[in-house]
Amino acid sequence: MYRYDHYDQTLVDERVAQFREQTRRFLRGKLSEDQFRPLRLMNGLYLQRHAPMLRIAIPYGLLSSRQLRKLAHIARTYDKSVGHFTTRQNLQFNWPRLEDVPDILAELATVQMHAIQTSGNCIRNVTSDHLAGVYKDELEDPRPYCEIIRQWSTLHPEFSYLPRKFKIAVSGASKDRAATRFHDIGLHLVRGGSGEVGFEVLVGGGLGRTPMIGKTIRPFLAKKDLLSYLEAILRIYNRFGRRDNKFKARIKILLKEIGVERFTQQVEEEWSHIRDRLTLDAAEIERVQKQFSMPSYRPDLATSREWERRAAVDRNFAAWVQHNTLPHKVEGYRIVFLSLKSRDRAPGDMTDQQMDAVADLSDRFSFGEIRVTHTQNLVFADVEERDLYELWRQLRALDLATPNIGTASDMICCPGLDYCSLANASSISVAKDIYSRIDDLDYLYDLGDLRINISGCMNGCGHQSVGHIGILGVDKKGEEWYQLTLGGNSGNDASLGERLGPAIDKANVAHAVQTLLETYLELRQHEESFLETVRRVGITPFQERVYADH
Amino acid sequence: MQIIKDGRIVADSWRHLRDNEPVSTAPCTVSGSRWLREREQLSKHEGPLGIRLSGDDRLEDFAADFERFPLIVVEFPTMVDGRGFSIARLLRERYGYKGEVRARGEFIRDQVFYLHRVGCNAFEFAEGEDLESTLPLLHEFSVTYQAAADDPRPLYRRRTG
Repeated sequence: MYRYDHYDQTLVDERVAQFREQTRRFLRGKLSEDQFRPLRLMNGLYLQRHAPMLRIAIPYGLLSSRQLRKLAHIARTYDKSVGHFTTRQNLQFNWPRLEDVPDILAELATVQMHAIQTSGNCIRNVTSDHLAGVYKDELEDPRPYCEIIRQWSTLHPEFSYLPRKFKIAVSGASKDRAATRFHDIGLHLVRGGSGEVGFEVLVGGGLGRTPMIGKTIRPFLAKKDLLSYLEAILRIYNRFGRRDNKFKARIKILLKEIGVERFTQQVEEEWSHIRDRLTLDAAEIERVQKQFSMPSYRPDLATSREWERRAAVDRNFAAWVQHNTLPHKVEGYRIVFLSLKSRDRAPGDMTDQQMDAVADLSDRFSFGEIRVTHTQNLVFADVEERDLYELWRQLRALDLATPNIGTASDMICCPGLDYCSLANASSISVAKDIYSRIDDLDYLYDLGDLRINISGCMNGCGHQSVGHIGILGVDKKGEEWYQLTLGGNSGNDASLGERLGPAIDKANVAHAVQTLLETYLELRQHEESFLETVRRVGITPFQERVYADH
Repeated sequence: MQIIKDGRIVADSWRHLRDNEPVSTAPCTVSGSRWLREREQLSKHEGPLGIRLSGDDRLEDFAADFERFPLIVVEFPTMVDGRGFSIARLLRERYGYKGEVRARGEFIRDQVFYLHRVGCNAFEFAEGEDLESTLPLLHEFSVTYQAAADDPRPLYRRRTG
């Protein structure tokens, strides 16, 4: 867990005071709505369908138990006792009152949290791999670099009024679990020719209206050049990104319009002027690394096989271990996922009581630390194997142990029309309808690895373009319709989903998804996954089946 | 009118000429595009002459001329046109410009902290801003993480403890 020093704390406190004053001026009519909008957005505040929505930053998805308790308290005191975890590893409250937001921010500041730059046309909360630091395929822990980028981007005087929002993700593992190819900048920790570790830099990825896969503009960047290179990219974007049309304002469009080669040249040219002015010292990297409290693993932990014996006789526990846990890089520990996807829950939602209970469990079982995944689940990263059975029992009582991580019912889903003022169609009800059709575990496991992603509009918060099955809500003359795509994937072999055909009405969309799943089961060969089958046979056989019914 | 300059409220006599207005010997500014078109004549102009730059201007076109201007105005046609922040910073850091860099237009008081950091030392508000209460906002935050025109050192080179 990163611990603030007095600089970090002072800045967050001063930000609260600033926003309190801005809100006061707005409520007194001294700031127009047009003037207040960019200011409040840069503090995560939207004015929404029912009430304001406040998006709280969870930098690179890392939370302490103390912070989670504070979020529970805020949910209870200022909201309707529910928080929503997002695909950007953040948390949203849907019912705060505008007048209360300064107080909420002040409460957050007491636990080293804030809502800075969770919205607006600025550099957003940096995201990362939810398995950072604990999984065996990692070259180096990306979180210190995320924190360095967080600090650099916080209240950046030059880059706070960009053409559009700007998202950065960092991964240090061989498997990309942070969808880095779908960010404005994706950074991969890689080993260079001389053996030194640095970054591969990808630019221009993104979802939304015009989804694109990021392109490598520099295969290797030395660590000392990280910040100057980011400044060069941002400056080129700030100066030359389009501002005439908000749908063409993301950096991916600039890249597309001038071409990767020319864009790269411009960045490199800009960088040549500033690379010696702004270097990231090794000492600073080390200082930030030391600001992270790391788990003190027991070196002498005898590997307990007790849980394996339990699993042999308890089928439910065995299923949970198989689907919701992963081996840890340290002997005697395991990584545990808490599923926020169950039958009666809006995906990613959590009540205040669950938050409090999870905070307590994390103190007991995982060094008081919780992580948020971009697939809207939580992780206890450091659980002793001998505690697995007890933890499972506790999580099950909280409805957080549905053994469905990575399966078809582990859907990504935005809040949709129920809350969001941007949405064209509801997404939660569609997720529920699909869920009810695949709620049999044997069937679910037979379907295997599957990613179904649902967004209520083009903006793509639900990552539909990279779902193996993507569902996009569209408005057709005041009715809710859904566009399906097949074959998207946000991992190393990134791909964008291909459109299946005409949109399907709300009453039939879950049935259509079911048809897709059945078609897969008929077509698959051997152990082939859904994605592999789609890649082998193409979308035509799926089209034929789905539209034959209509 | 009054503006904020170098942390104080001062009377200002600069006139910002439209492109068809003749230049006079009183302090005046012309648009960047006019300067490029009429450079030869304007170079001979006697009396203080400044230019106004906006996001569409290519700074490279003016690189050789910056030194001759006592004032460079960075125009903000809207508060969200953030190109001006890069222009100001480049004037200071890339071109080493030492004269007055003035933000002018639709920016608001909530932005002067950033503008000051990227190198603006003067602020000409669009209308009726209370300048007195704006002054403290130049130093609204006591903590800054980044290097910028106000200090070439990021926080990690300045920190104590």
